[in-house]
Amino acid sequence: MPFGLLKYGLSSQYPAKHHFTPSKDLKKHYDVVIIGGGGHGAAIAYNLAKYHGITNVAILEKAYLGGGNTARNTAVIRSNYLTESGVKFYSESVKLYNNLSNEFNYNVMMENRGQLTLAHSDAAIRSFRWRAEVNQHMGVRSELVDRQTISELVPNLNMSEDSRYPILAGLWHADGATARHDAVAWGYAKGACDRGVELHQLTEVEDIEITSGRVTAVKTNRGKVECGCVVQAVAGASSIVAKKAGIPLPIHCYPLQAMVTQPYKPILTPHVSSPQVHVYVHQTSRGEFVIGGGSDPYPLYNTRATLDQRESLSAAAMELFPFLSQARLLRQWAGTTDMTPDYSPIMGLSPVENYYLDAGWGTWGFKATPICGVTMAELVATKKVPEIIRPFELERFYRFEQINEAGATAASH
Amino acid sequence: MKLLTCPLNGSRNIAEFTYGGEYHATPDHISTSARDWAEHVFFHDNAAGMVTEWWCHTASSFWFLAERNTITDEVIRTFKADEIYTERIDFSAAKTESRS
Ligand SMILES: Cc1cc2nc3c(=O)[nH]c(=O)nc-3n(C[C@H](O)[C@H](O)[C@H](O)COP(=O)(O)OP(=O)(O)OC[C@H]3O[C@@H](n4cnc5c(N)ncnc54)[C@H](O)[C@@H]3O)c2cc1C
Repeated sequence: MPFGLLKYGLSSQYPAKHHFTPSKDLKKHYDVVIIGGGGHGAAIAYNLAKYHGITNVAILEKAYLGGGNTARNTAVIRSNYLTESGVKFYSESVKLYNNLSNEFNYNVMMENRGQLTLAHSDAAIRSFRWRAEVNQHMGVRSELVDRQTISELVPNLNMSEDSRYPILAGLWHADGATARHDAVAWGYAKGACDRGVELHQLTEVEDIEITSGRVTAVKTNRGKVECGCVVQAVAGASSIVAKKAGIPLPIHCYPLQAMVTQPYKPILTPHVSSPQVHVYVHQTSRGEFVIGGGSDPYPLYNTRATLDQRESLSAAAMELFPFLSQARLLRQWAGTTDMTPDYSPIMGLSPVENYYLDAGWGTWGFKATPICGVTMAELVATKKVPEIIRPFELERFYRFEQINEAGATAASH
Repeated sequence: MKLLTCPLNGSRNIAEFTYGGEYHATPDHISTSARDWAEHVFFHDNAAGMVTEWWCHTASSFWFLAERNTITDEVIRTFKADEIYTERIDFSAAKTESRS
């Protein structure tokens, strides 16, 4: 065995073949320019190439593939939202996730572990009942569960009636899952590049040229590129990039923080979330406890980690799982989340005819990656807005028709 | 602990304050179209860099303005609203003829 390993290490076959073709010079013109090489940008390119035969596509990424919020999120996948539009959209995404490893022939480490949201008040129970009804009506597995069932699902949870916010009931979402976030971005990017899409890293879009209501070119730090149309998928930079195209957005950026402990033996299967104490916890397949849920209290374009959040997230996590008081933290980090007033995304057409928006992903956009790829690619290819994303158009704010998912997103995932 | 200077109460822990949104000139409440109101209410500059914004010292309910850099998270200065609002704003209802 050791010799086998040594031989492998010294062989010319190592390191293994690159996932993607390294970036070449930029071409003069692309049919489609995608700004932002996160999971969303890569998924849109993949679907354009594989299902619509559109391959003269460039993904322009200012840093590296999947290094934005795709790298920073806590990978909660679920569809137990409140509105009909939200549930329909996210449940399609969960279905696509379940088949993603097959779709790529590449393991995205999808794990269907279920998700438990905790109610510590009568008001929360009422809203959970409402969500469960909407979810079941739309074919999503969601049910209200009592304390007994909660202790069976999560034996280590603190069910004491003497805690500050005793647990009264829960919303059990058997469809809840998690997947490896990097693998999702890599799988899409590999599939796109294999079919002719160009991924240009270290390529920042600095300006956008608009002529009589149409985008004609983008200027980058590596030169100008003409384009047939543009899809913007830049999450935390949504307002900054859209402004270059003259498009105002209803977005405010807040840092969202999360942290992770050293690894432990597997003792927690589902994802557990509490909107009341404002934390969520799950154990990764490597054994680390991921602890998330803390947005900074005011807008900021900065991904520093703060002591304030470390304290409040730790306190909340220890209330749910007292044994975590012994845990050591390995890392704490933040991502810039593009928050909308109604906690739903902004997708589809913009005031600029051939400029498409995939923005407003806030703290909830990882789970939507596959369905964004499918629907945004369809929009670009057919120029028709798919029904499932129509409710999320930018125009809804001018009609006062918001899609309120604030409650269903209360613990920021 | 991060500190913020309230023009009324002096330097306090930032946990005592509530962020109140970007400062924008208030549109004319009689002549502004529904579309412009929607933009005023929901849309934001969300600028990376210097911004002027509302804050409230929660304990004393005192509203004031701050100039802050949203990249470095430095507060440059805080000041009372009467630096901007030098006159009383008339919020009286629209005249009958303009309502019809
Ligand atoms: C701590 C944290 C926890 C989260 N937890 C969850 C969760 O559990 N479940 C969930 O569903 N969602 C979660 N989210 C939200 C989720 O991470 C995002 O909504 C999602 O990753 C957005 O994907 P994206 O591809 O649109 O953006 P990103 O991955 O951020 O990609 C955008 C890319 O655009 C690039 N870019 C920006 N400006 C330019 C420019 N001018 N030119 C070129 N490129 C540019 C950036 O470098 C970046 O790589 C969480 C977010 C954070 C921060």
